Amino acid sequence: MANNGNLIEVRKLKKYFPAGAGLFGAGNAFVKAVDDVSFNIRGGETFGLVGESGCGKSTIGRCILRLIEPTSGKVSFLGQDLLSLSSDALRHLRRDMQIIFQDPYSSLNPRMTVGQIVGEPLVIHNGGDNRSGRRERVAELLKLVGLDPDHARRYPHEFSGGQRQRIGIARALALKPRFIVCDEPVSALDVSVQAQVVNLLQDLQEQLGLTYLFISHGLSVVQHISTRVGIMYLGKLVEIAPSDEIFHNPLHPYTKALLSAIPIPDPAHPRERVPLRGEIPTALDPPAGCNFRTRCPIAEPRCANESPELVEVAPDHFVSCMVVAPHPKK
Amino acid sequence: MSDNILEVRHLSTKFFTRSGQINAADDVSFNIVRGSTLALVGESGSGKSVTSLSIMRLVSPPGRITAGEIVFDGTDLLKLSDEQMRRIRGRDVAMIFQDPMTSLNPVYTVGDQICEGIQLHERISRKQAWPRAIEMMTRVKIPDAAKRARDYPHQLSGGMRQRVMIAMALSCKPKLLIADEPTTALDVTIQAEILDLLRGLRVDFDLSMLLITHDLGVVAETADRVAVMYAGRIVEESPVREVFYSPKHPYTEGLLRSVPKLSEEGLKVRRLQTIEGTVPNLLHLPEGCTFASRCEYVIDECTIKPIPLLSVNEEHRARCIRFDEVGNEIAKTRVHKDVAHRV
Repeated sequence: MANNGNLIEVRKLKKYFPAGAGLFGAGNAFVKAVDDVSFNIRGGETFGLVGESGCGKSTIGRCILRLIEPTSGKVSFLGQDLLSLSSDALRHLRRDMQIIFQDPYSSLNPRMTVGQIVGEPLVIHNGGDNRSGRRERVAELLKLVGLDPDHARRYPHEFSGGQRQRIGIARALALKPRFIVCDEPVSALDVSVQAQVVNLLQDLQEQLGLTYLFISHGLSVVQHISTRVGIMYLGKLVEIAPSDEIFHNPLHPYTKALLSAIPIPDPAHPRERVPLRGEIPTALDPPAGCNFRTRCPIAEPRCANESPELVEVAPDHFVSCMVVAPHPKK
Repeated sequence: MSDNILEVRHLSTKFFTRSGQINAADDVSFNIVRGSTLALVGESGSGKSVTSLSIMRLVSPPGRITAGEIVFDGTDLLKLSDEQMRRIRGRDVAMIFQDPMTSLNPVYTVGDQICEGIQLHERISRKQAWPRAIEMMTRVKIPDAAKRARDYPHQLSGGMRQRVMIAMALSCKPKLLIADEPTTALDVTIQAEILDLLRGLRVDFDLSMLLITHDLGVVAETADRVAVMYAGRIVEESPVREVFYSPKHPYTEGLLRSVPKLSEEGLKVRRLQTIEGTVPNLLHLPEGCTFASRCEYVIDECTIKPIPLLSVNEEHRARCIRFDEVGNEIAKTRVHKDVAHRV
């Protein structure tokens, strides 16, 4: 492939939301939800995006699909720049890119039958004709996600959380996309059901050759499903590495703290927490220099002066920290 | 004085709805030893929150406690008048909830809200209560407590709000704290801080705790004993190590297997093990074991009549007639791990 096997390339993506806008026009305060983020998603892989609430992970997912317009930066899909596309061309490309949402209760229209919900993308993208063909495709999709084709006539409220998430997945698959943004797809589900949905997503990836951006705050699920993982803090990516590497050899002090905070379901597991000072600063006014330095256990005076950049410290392992990953002289 | 701060015996709480009667908590029995923490684990709808609300006598219609005894510190709470119960609530038994934002009043400062409980139960003035409120906020490690006390809930972060809730709950030095999913709404680093805080306070305040959670990781870190609930019933109860290392109910075993593990290198499995099927409808529970339709150990006998809690050993009970065969695989991998650690 022309673009080194990358399906999605994100370059210097920024999304600033205006804040404190008064009645008479916008003020000049901005929430830097996503601040200069660059990464690639390779064809066929699952890229896990992890971070705490408010770090900007969902905003990235939505910017890639242009469900919200980025402030600046570049997103390309198979080499094609998405941000410069006309709305017509974009609609055409949206067939290839779909999203699954966290809450299976609010993301399905309660007045539509399951058949209508799953068939709606077909109506929008293929025109309204050929009803029987559509019905067949809906039945096929429901079977694919492990539901009974007869369920097409029922309404969302008749289903459990896990089944609803399957309906959401069937809808996302309707147009045979190549890329799916999974935005916290299992966070609202019970453990036993969560495992069923995770397995389904993996099976579908294998069968259909899908590429996922998997956004979650649940670290153990991310490790399980992801090929590579990016860790976010306050609008920036602080570390990117293959899944096993990041969990066994975390380098960024924030990644270390995050991993040490996960409760392990084993009473004999030793607890060695990396404590973090204070609280997450507001994205309205993040600290200058490295935005993690106010809570960082290894911060040095120079961290206040310069913003760190992602540096490749080992093959495929990028860290953004001046202390653990010395920056090459410019 | 009995060793148990709380003894729940054969508690049944039913909901009388238009579509029928739901046994939200069915014949629930457990004890909490003074100074210890019991975790009540289960998935949504398993009856764990109803059980805790029953202990506080806060079940509202169409729900009603229909049978059982809740013996707290020697007194059966179900025999008390509403007035007597009100005096126990907040003073002797306190509760914290999942979502601190909805349990705090947005129009009062957090200091005032902590004072309110102290004033009410100790009949002292606000002026006398205020320094106590600030002391409590300091003890739950809220920095700059004197200043924060004048903040309104929306001015605090989620973690700080939960600390305020804990300060409020502990302000009257309760003997039992019921924590209903106290960290579920919080980020993982904040969750870790709150769990560490609760562990520390348990010692400081000589606190007994009923912890309600669906997170097995939180259980492993916090609890002394565990009761697992499924479809309104306790299906297994034991010391925390036994539940994790040798579960004796197929549901517990399934739960442990379906958690993706932050595994050691090389042990990563491609597929998660699942519990097939879904929780049965509480309106139409099967005659026999409620887990039978999802169970891999099921035999004919399971579906005929309800299964009692059977004793595995002195400390461990399970609601399964084939408990001998359950959990052996997990126990085996545990032995391997122990050996590996020793080497």
